Amino acid sequence: MSKAPAKAVDTSEVVMSARSVAKSYGSIHALKGVNFDIHRGQVTTLFGENGAGKSTLMKVLSGIIRPSAGAIILDGQPVVFQSSADARARGISIIHQELSLAPNLSVRDNVFMGREITGPTGVDYAEEERQVRLLMEELEEHIDPLTPVEELRLGQQQIVEIARALSVDSRILIMDEPTSALSATEVKVLFKVIRDLTAKGVSIVYISHHLEEALQITHHAVVLRDGTMTAYAPRKDIDLNWIVRNMVGDNYDLGSPPTGYDFGETALSVRDLTVADPAGGFNVVDHLSLDVKSGEIVCIYGLMGAGRTELLETLAGRINAKSGGIVLEGNEISHLNIADRIAIGMALVPEDRQRDGLVQTMSVGQNLSLASIMRFTKGLFTQKKAEQAIIDETIRKVTVKTSGGGAPIGSLSGGNQQKVVIGKMLATDPKVMLLDEPSRGIDIGAKAEVFKLLAERARTGLAVLYSTSEVGECLCVAHRVIVMRKGRISAEFDSNVTKEQIMAASGEAVIH
Amino acid sequence: MTESSASQATLSKKSGISIAHVLLEGRAFLALIAIIAVFSYLSPNYFTISNFLIMASHVAIYGILAIGMLLVILNGGIDLSVGSILALSGVLAGAMMQGIELQSMGVILFPPVWAVVILTLAAGGLIGAVNGMLIAWFRVPAFVATLGVMYVARGIALLQTNGLTYNNLSGRPELGNTGFDWLGFNRLAGIPISVIVLAVLAVLTGLMLSRSAFGRWLYASGGNERAADLSGVPVKRVKISVYTLSGILSAIAGLVLSSQLTSAGPTAGTTYELTAIAAVVIGGAALTGGRGTVRGTMLGAFVIGFLSDGLVIIGVSSYWQTVFTGAVIVLAVLMNSIQYGSGARRG
Repeated sequence: MSKAPAKAVDTSEVVMSARSVAKSYGSIHALKGVNFDIHRGQVTTLFGENGAGKSTLMKVLSGIIRPSAGAIILDGQPVVFQSSADARARGISIIHQELSLAPNLSVRDNVFMGREITGPTGVDYAEEERQVRLLMEELEEHIDPLTPVEELRLGQQQIVEIARALSVDSRILIMDEPTSALSATEVKVLFKVIRDLTAKGVSIVYISHHLEEALQITHHAVVLRDGTMTAYAPRKDIDLNWIVRNMVGDNYDLGSPPTGYDFGETALSVRDLTVADPAGGFNVVDHLSLDVKSGEIVCIYGLMGAGRTELLETLAGRINAKSGGIVLEGNEISHLNIADRIAIGMALVPEDRQRDGLVQTMSVGQNLSLASIMRFTKGLFTQKKAEQAIIDETIRKVTVKTSGGGAPIGSLSGGNQQKVVIGKMLATDPKVMLLDEPSRGIDIGAKAEVFKLLAERARTGLAVLYSTSEVGECLCVAHRVIVMRKGRISAEFDSNVTKEQIMAASGEAVIH
Repeated sequence: MTESSASQATLSKKSGISIAHVLLEGRAFLALIAIIAVFSYLSPNYFTISNFLIMASHVAIYGILAIGMLLVILNGGIDLSVGSILALSGVLAGAMMQGIELQSMGVILFPPVWAVVILTLAAGGLIGAVNGMLIAWFRVPAFVATLGVMYVARGIALLQTNGLTYNNLSGRPELGNTGFDWLGFNRLAGIPISVIVLAVLAVLTGLMLSRSAFGRWLYASGGNERAADLSGVPVKRVKISVYTLSGILSAIAGLVLSSQLTSAGPTAGTTYELTAIAAVVIGGAALTGGRGTVRGTMLGAFVIGFLSDGLVIIGVSSYWQTVFTGAVIVLAVLMNSIQYGSGARRG
């Protein structure tokens, strides 16, 4: 990156392009034939909601995963990357959304991990350190190259990640949400660095949820939705409204709020709830209060880090609150553990199905009955018939497509696995159902079924509180939409709200 | 990811009747049959009822330890302290048989055998509970916690006897504490008591695993502790319970062993924990937790026991026995990774 290009930059030259790139995981199609070009010395930004396929596409371009179909064309020649190292050797590097640093190693060692500069006596630490100092100067960050990464705050770690990508001298630099943990000043510096890089002929592929921020530096915009490219235009032809319109698209009908009945008493009441960040320093949930009535469906919208997951996990009992009260049907439950909360009617469907929702070694049926074992245990032993009845009833109610309760849980599609997690908690006969991103990683048809199921249960008096990071999902079955931002409720709407209003309140985009 | 493993799972299900699949599923059983067939061919003394009963009483010690180890491994942990708990239990029982001297009162207590058994089991359970609490509450990795307890228990056993062995465990009729050798020597309907103890423990554990809520909790928390926790499974209680049970089972094995040997030494059971782990692994349990059965573990214990006794009978050097046992273990783990691996758990 310190080398200046010999000749003037041809701004229209295409250095890399994707042609009909598709990627499938079994029955899930993450990408369905995407075409777009990366221009030399320009910034191309990918826009799209969560699950639209942005990160998958970036992984294909950087050689981490191979496409199921389609071609990558580099300098006019089709290429197949064997690995990310292969892609890096051809001048393509990536800054990952999730940090991929070794926390125990120093900044210097992380920047040169796997590419150590070696001399006759082994690794040339002095030279590495010198280069890291130069990079940090350029990024205007006072980070000593010898500091262990674990001692840095998240934003600084992201800077280290950026420095690592910069140290490679790449022609194409992919940045997957590089600014999510950066302060406003750091973002400014990063943008200056990006402008310097493009001036030198480096092409940037940029992904961000902060639409306005991205519009400041991009030259081209590509919009993805459900694995398909929905729009592609140069900066001068577009504005924020255009992006939002193309991102969310025409709504697939995810249902509407169930009507024709009255809400019951307040089922869940949260008062002044405060949850400290486990790493310390600030509150991930900050003096938050809300009520949900029996029969009511409430949606919580917010960006990553808004505190949605922490709020729901605190309500379920996984995280201990710092202060505040949680009242379920008039009973204070803050002191109860998870099992006791489930027993009196508080059920959580966690965000990460594979990590927190399913026991992969058990069958579909055993997963379904896991949270309600005591309902079919008499004396010392479980009752086979009673368990089978619960399993069969749940499979029917949540319409799981399976060959039977004995099938391995891994044999189900993502959507059906999610229904198993939901069914498991419904089998405990809850009064309040908490769902953390219930639609994550499932296809649109399954999404609609999940929301329909929630609407049906709300009719019978269940209070539902679900979170989402896809604005379209706020506008389906929810009677009320709560927007969270930095641990607080930043706005509250009824079901007549527009997407633009929600996105404005979350800090994602201000529509003028 | 999940979806690809899903299609693989359905595929393997369709071809489930294939011979390779049957061989893989029933590998421990087939290995046992093969071992019996080979040794019966090599030695006329192998295939006799009396020899089987003798071999079974040898297996009993490892088998009882392996049941406890299975519970711990199903939970996703490991218990390296079972051999030491076995020795300490034997030594404690031996000490009690010699009489407990209460110096302040100037009397020597000779507890009856049933009291000795109960106190020994309680001690084993207590040490196991210490393991469990270190692991569940203080988040000490199971390997390290049980390694530490392994040394401590062995050290206490050595301190207790000053390195010596209690040779007289038979008790005296006038003190009313005879009968300790019943466990090791008596037979019911011709079957050694130790084998009956093993069978009863195996059946009880099997019932517990397949039929009780606790069994389901154990499989769930071993398969995915976070998911089990969020489903209301008391994961910490389950964890402490399995280590406690493993401690009690080690104490039972210690009693059986010292009764068989009519002596209790502080160095008994050294490296038995590894044999127990091997039995569980040969029986098809996954060291990552959540998969395994008592039936498999019993087969595993019999494979190891019948193999090493068979080698003794045909007169192979004990050095070769070590080599063979090692090879069987590696083969078993290889089969396990074929069965559970192949991307099925990568999601």
